[in-house]
Amino acid sequence: MNWTDLLTELIRRTTSDLPSDVEAALRTAATAEAAQSQACVLLQSLVANTGLARQQATPLCQDTGTLTFFWQVPRGTDTQALERSARAAVRSATEKGWLRRNTIDTLAGTSVDTNVAEGWPACHFEQGESPREPLGGQITAHGDVRPPDLADELQGRDGGRVSSRAAGSPERGSVEVWLMQKGGGSENMSAQYSLPDEALDAGRDLEGVRKCLLQTVWRAQGFGCAPGVLGVCIGSDRAEGFMTAKRQLLRPLCDASPVPELAALERRVLDEANRLGIGPMGMGGKTTLLGAKIAARPRLPASYFVTVAYMCWVCRRRGVRVTEGVVEWLG
Amino acid sequence: MKELRYPFSEEAVRALRAGEVVQVTGRVFTGRDRLHKHLAGGGACPVSLRDGALYHCGPVVVPQGEGWRVVAAGPTTSAREEPYMAEIVARHGVRLIIGKGGMGAATKAACARYGCVYLQAVGGAAALIAQRIKRVEGVSFLDTFGATEALWQLEVEAFEAVVGIDTCGRDLFDEVRAASAEALRELLARG
Ligand code: SF4
Repeated sequence: MNWTDLLTELIRRTTSDLPSDVEAALRTAATAEAAQSQACVLLQSLVANTGLARQQATPLCQDTGTLTFFWQVPRGTDTQALERSARAAVRSATEKGWLRRNTIDTLAGTSVDTNVAEGWPACHFEQGESPREPLGGQITAHGDVRPPDLADELQGRDGGRVSSRAAGSPERGSVEVWLMQKGGGSENMSAQYSLPDEALDAGRDLEGVRKCLLQTVWRAQGFGCAPGVLGVCIGSDRAEGFMTAKRQLLRPLCDASPVPELAALERRVLDEANRLGIGPMGMGGKTTLLGAKIAARPRLPASYFVTVAYMCWVCRRRGVRVTEGVVEWLG
Repeated sequence: MKELRYPFSEEAVRALRAGEVVQVTGRVFTGRDRLHKHLAGGGACPVSLRDGALYHCGPVVVPQGEGWRVVAAGPTTSAREEPYMAEIVARHGVRLIIGKGGMGAATKAACARYGCVYLQAVGGAAALIAQRIKRVEGVSFLDTFGATEALWQLEVEAFEAVVGIDTCGRDLFDEVRAASAEALRELLARG
């Protein structure tokens, strides 16, 4: 298996081909807005941009973002070799114009034209559990979380070689990797609250969490390109909170947390955020948020963090699984 | 839909109203944080920005033959340039600011005073906008600022955008922000 070539192709797909659940959500949103309205026209532009980028294999957005690879590998895998391949793939995708020269040496202030540096792109390795599976709470649910109609759509568009399984227990011996590209405009809007929060009048309960999430959506206007998606972690510590929140963004828009109270909160936040009237690009309208994905983790008695990873409408995440040399594209 | 052609006249710009959709044709310059800081600090500009358009954008550009080709060029967040923008409008006579998300009070005042408008391009629509870029006419600061932050001189055709801030002091973003703040207050109080 030539992992460098495979990952270069994964980057091409991620950077230029918006996941079909996100595209479908944009289309649905466009029909929900008043015909001829600014919001409707903007959403139609987003859909048009999506089609064009896919057809030309050019970046959906010029901010090709921070690249994070979520790996899930069998025991005994040479992870350093995979990491080297990821770096080589980023280098090659940058040369091809699939990634912008998007890296700055923080101390020198100069551009790192290869987009490769220490720990950059980020690779996270896990054994066993699928990286697509960090559903809410401490529950690990296995099996298909994507409804069949969306699976059919995927099959149709990519001509077959796409798995209809968004998540599931990996076959023994297979390597699965998901790539997320997250732009700076949206990452700047990610936030972490420590409850209780006096200014928000938010206490240490799900009602307090709801306030933090709506506040985050409101603050993002004008910065992260709306409509957005929220990945949320309740609990944990500050560092793990951000990682868990970010991982929630790998979940398909149409799924729901297996924890009933979190699923209810996801629905409520989605509904209420879309009543803020911020709209696509913050120019007014009914479509401000496309999804809220919430997980809960244990916490210390002294801490109650609400960590939010804000993702813009260019919600770039795609995966690939390799089992005994057979390649399956995911997402 | 109004058409705007480079060079952009003060008269044409003052006739625009917030909410109008425009199509920009002709020369457009790109600039991001480093360029804005440089210009506002009194740094020299190798090209004239007078009656021109300054687009908040760091494009994806690939070499093509002797020149360059833009493959992705959506707007970046304009608010980051707020500390510098008014000074640049005053000093360099920029008539169109193109970006995303709107700007602050100082820029709004400079727009009214000097005859400049803020145009909102579609955030994230980088492929669509790149299609409107016909040619790369030149580039400055490539070595000092890098490809993403350089000042690219582009020729665009029918680049669509919405007037977000006009010369009469109307600001669409402020209006949405105020209305949504009210909605947020109600939702937070609901419990
Ligand atoms: S917020 Fe998202 S869509 Fe907007 S410019 Fe950044 S990466 Fe692109």
